[in-house]
Amino acid sequence: MTELAPARIERPSALSFLGYVLGLVILFWCLAGAGFSLDKVMTAPPRFADFATRAFPPNLEPQVLARLDWKMVETLQIAVAGAVIGVILSVPIALLAARGLIAGPAVNQIVRTILGFIRAVPDIAWALVFVVAVGLGPFAGMLAIAVDTIGFCGRFFADDMEATDKGPAESLTATGARKIDVVACATIPAAMPAFVSTGLYAFEKAVRSSTILGLVGAGGIGIELKVGFDLFDYPTAMTVILMIAVVVIAIEHLSGWARTRIIGEQK
Amino acid sequence: MRATRNSTISSVSDLGLKDPAAPRVQPVVPGARSVLVSPVDIEARHVAKRFGETAIFEDVSFRLARGEAVALVGANGAGKSTLLRCLMGLIPVSSGSVHLLGEETSGAKGAALRGLRAQVGLVSQKHNLVPRLSVLSNVIHGLLGQSPGVRHWSHMLAPEASRLAAMQALGKVGLADFATRRADRLSGGQSQRVAIARAIVSRPKVLFADEPCASLDPSAGEDVMALFFRLVKDEGVTVVFTSHNIEHALRFGDRVLGLSNGQLKLDATAASLAPSDLRGLYD
Repeated sequence: MTELAPARIERPSALSFLGYVLGLVILFWCLAGAGFSLDKVMTAPPRFADFATRAFPPNLEPQVLARLDWKMVETLQIAVAGAVIGVILSVPIALLAARGLIAGPAVNQIVRTILGFIRAVPDIAWALVFVVAVGLGPFAGMLAIAVDTIGFCGRFFADDMEATDKGPAESLTATGARKIDVVACATIPAAMPAFVSTGLYAFEKAVRSSTILGLVGAGGIGIELKVGFDLFDYPTAMTVILMIAVVVIAIEHLSGWARTRIIGEQK
Repeated sequence: MRATRNSTISSVSDLGLKDPAAPRVQPVVPGARSVLVSPVDIEARHVAKRFGETAIFEDVSFRLARGEAVALVGANGAGKSTLLRCLMGLIPVSSGSVHLLGEETSGAKGAALRGLRAQVGLVSQKHNLVPRLSVLSNVIHGLLGQSPGVRHWSHMLAPEASRLAAMQALGKVGLADFATRRADRLSGGQSQRVAIARAIVSRPKVLFADEPCASLDPSAGEDVMALFFRLVKDEGVTVVFTSHNIEHALRFGDRVLGLSNGQLKLDATAASLAPSDLRGLYD
């Protein structure tokens, strides 16, 4: 006797059906809140074309390019300095956040809550805070990137360490090693590939963030973008956009290459 | 050395032994003390371990004399590895007590427990080397219990005496030429030999081995077991090892402890047992 195949699509239960309907209602509510307008979507392409016409060709005058180049270098300096400081500080913070390593559950929870708060505040908001604290300029941007990186890497480094194979740590613990020695000799080396991967992603994120911190006066090329649009100097603004795109894409490729080289070596 | 130090229980009638009353396997009241010629290195008194409502084993008692090699056998899930971890103080016992080298591990904490463990070595089934580090650094880590601190985190920072001790341990397992190789570039047999070097580098008084050749092919497993016992027997180290290999248990152990259904069902000298005697533990 041939068995009947199950139905291709199962009839949803009443509760599932209500869930789908509720999901659709929430989506439409959000679209309404976001001012979604088909009319604006239809009329946008001509306006965009008008902007493109006025922005192209980009401004490639030597003195403009020289100025933007230096601003881009400053942007990368902010990103590198902020990301490196953030990644380095993330390691001890992650040790306190990771469950079952060196700190007790209460400390783990407090540190994880603080890291959650840091991540909840956008980098541009941190930049505004540091502009108030240390004044206008790239230092405020670097601090914003560092704090943002700590929020990101601190959480993921802790998760990475919790997920490592516990075997080597147990073998060292069995020989009387202290917790800090076990962490340094077994846990951190085992988590290092994940640290590298997370750290490189944090660096990519820092480069993207640092390009817009200038909008709030925290240094970098973002200020040039703002001035370009404020003065309707669209060719210069387009030059800035293209430079940001080229640098961010290049950094992503470099990061991917480094990730493969460093992490791939352990196989 | 074999039968004379046998000390404790043996409820073997349910294990299919031909004559449970025969002298080769002596029934003993659990927890009873007997006269031992050598000092006792490990003593378990009415030890029980439970995870939540699940009892792993109950009322396990035995005494192991210095220099004894003891095989801990039993089916999967019998609690061999758990008992091993309880003996080392890596996990707490639910009731009863464990004495290691004369100190109670169940009561010891912090520096006292670490001091006790510093006289102990562990070889695990999965080798448990740190993959990205060099072979030499992995062996030097075996000294962390006796010499804690940054200088023993890597062979590059280690004092010359520690590097020398690690190289000697590597020499004993025949891998001195592999000192700078990364641990994740070794074969299974080589990794286990490095793990043995790490365990013996601190010259421990007691060595625990949790199925040390379970992840190796039969030939490599045979080599590793022979090497392991040659090294530790020379030093008079007390060894407790778990194994599913009955032949290994009888050949390398002076004494065999058998766990079954949460009870210590067998405690006998290896010389007094035949392979068929252990099969009852796996029913």
